[in-house]
Amino acid sequence: MAIKERMSGNEAVSYAIRQIDPDVMPAFPITPSTEIPQMVSTYIANGEMDTEFIPVESEHSSMSAAIGAEAAGARSLTATSSAGLALMWEELLLAASNRLPIVLALVNRTLSGPININCDHSDSMGARDTGWIQIYAENNQEAYDNFIQAYPIAEHELVHLPVMICQDGFITSHAVENIELIEDAAVKKFVGTYSPEEFLLNPGRPVSVGPYSVSSYAMEAKKNQEIALENAKAAILETAKKFKKISGREYGLFEEYRTKDADYIMLIMGSAAGTAKQAVDGLRARGKKAGVLKLRVFRPFPADEIAAALKGCKAVAIMDRCESYNGNGGPLGSEVTSALFRNKVMIDTVNYIYGLAGRDFTVEETKAVFGELEDMIVNGKQPVQYKYIGLRK
Amino acid sequence: MNNGIEIRWHGRGGQGAKTAALLLADVAFKTGRSVQGFPEYGPERMGAPITAYNRISDDKIRVHSNIYTPDYVVVVDETLLSSVDVTSGLKRNGAIIINTPKSREEIAKKLEGYSGRIYTVDARKISEETLGKNFPNSPMLAAIVAVSGVMDRDTFIREMKASYQHKFAKKPEVIDGNMKALEMAYDIVWSAMEDDKMGLSA
Repeated sequence: MAIKERMSGNEAVSYAIRQIDPDVMPAFPITPSTEIPQMVSTYIANGEMDTEFIPVESEHSSMSAAIGAEAAGARSLTATSSAGLALMWEELLLAASNRLPIVLALVNRTLSGPININCDHSDSMGARDTGWIQIYAENNQEAYDNFIQAYPIAEHELVHLPVMICQDGFITSHAVENIELIEDAAVKKFVGTYSPEEFLLNPGRPVSVGPYSVSSYAMEAKKNQEIALENAKAAILETAKKFKKISGREYGLFEEYRTKDADYIMLIMGSAAGTAKQAVDGLRARGKKAGVLKLRVFRPFPADEIAAALKGCKAVAIMDRCESYNGNGGPLGSEVTSALFRNKVMIDTVNYIYGLAGRDFTVEETKAVFGELEDMIVNGKQPVQYKYIGLRK
Repeated sequence: MNNGIEIRWHGRGGQGAKTAALLLADVAFKTGRSVQGFPEYGPERMGAPITAYNRISDDKIRVHSNIYTPDYVVVVDETLLSSVDVTSGLKRNGAIIINTPKSREEIAKKLEGYSGRIYTVDARKISEETLGKNFPNSPMLAAIVAVSGVMDRDTFIREMKASYQHKFAKKPEVIDGNMKALEMAYDIVWSAMEDDKMGLSA
């Protein structure tokens, strides 16, 4: 029986953490994710869960402690945002390369400077090549559902990789919205108990974690890690299938909203996808064939699947909530176009940058983007590639 | 979003405008609606202007942007009238509710170019009378419920009582004062609306 509730994204993730009751949570507070360790430590203080909470002195330490705990055989997690994730940089790579299935609740916030507390994806995008699986949410419901699916994906026997569950800072983390929760027992059963094959505190079978590897073996370790990330795709879909049985809610690598017969598609990630869907409904009512492809899983990147999903349309707007400072567009812009090219899907694309440092993104702006795509195809009017939306003139 | 209403709150950090928006989402949720309540943060400090928003609808709410053409605006701090364009985008058939001891006529002069409905509530006075302190958000919450009609008085009072009993479980002595503040503000605004209907007011 679904439990109908209303809560913020941070509350929803904290609620999922209580239900899962992992073994160890080291954390250091940073806006807008601070509420998560705050709420979890309240649950612990109230005796509602058994997790060992470690207050640490920095995010460098929180990820280090999570790595230590996970290597010792304990199911671990932490939460952070922005500069906190940046400070974990070295440890993020260690967590992934040591194949430790840690889960990180990331509440997306821009990186400095200028210093700003609001949402964009520059923090997680900066960590996109650290070997972590990255899953993004449109709203509080998806943040909750994704978090519940995180451990079964991370601990999957063909994966053994850490997972970042991302949601948009303030926009979903601090917004109270309706949500359907799953009963505690069903969540616990779904996630299961953690029984790692190998771990440090196992006197019968000693192992070492993170030793030096000579050049004649290190490359194989990296390739194995890459294979695990590719395997994650199937594990994510398998987990989603099982999750549907307990929740009734369907998840994939991405969601296709009214794309089947669409001439124009917006590819977008996170909370703005909801705004885009609303705009698409408006455009459809006026006879415009518009659709939204909402990317849920950014790592592993579903390149071939995206190319197949886009191949029937005339033009795609690729929406990046992140500036890459590479002079060539945002991360989604680069990866989606390379996916299209490699799959020989030669459709027009425009890469837009929106919503940096909390800049609002509206239904009207979405419609304007679709208008530009149509203008490009119908009237041959080439828009500027790699274009900022909502910039002050 | 069809059948929905959109509300924008203006206040200053520390006055509880965000809390009021979240409480409104809470109480509207209990009537079975789809709700959204969220703040827009600038620099987090006491006294800085803040904005909070509500969407309430019978349909699922998907939009995640701020509200530019609200049905209703609530101003928790009158001093904002001189620095923030509080009626920006406010719908012609909507209304603005302002926490002030001033009359509507006096306030109307400050809202240049706005010709829609105005309601005033002296939330400070109500709060000081009922709670002994200036917590303007409870009276303003009651005022917006009365003006917007998101639910009837009985439902609102019943749900708020349950909500306060939960929220103030450890200080039950403040529940009665808060309930009284809600009722007073609701009734003041309600009677102003009745007067409007009967054409008794300008």
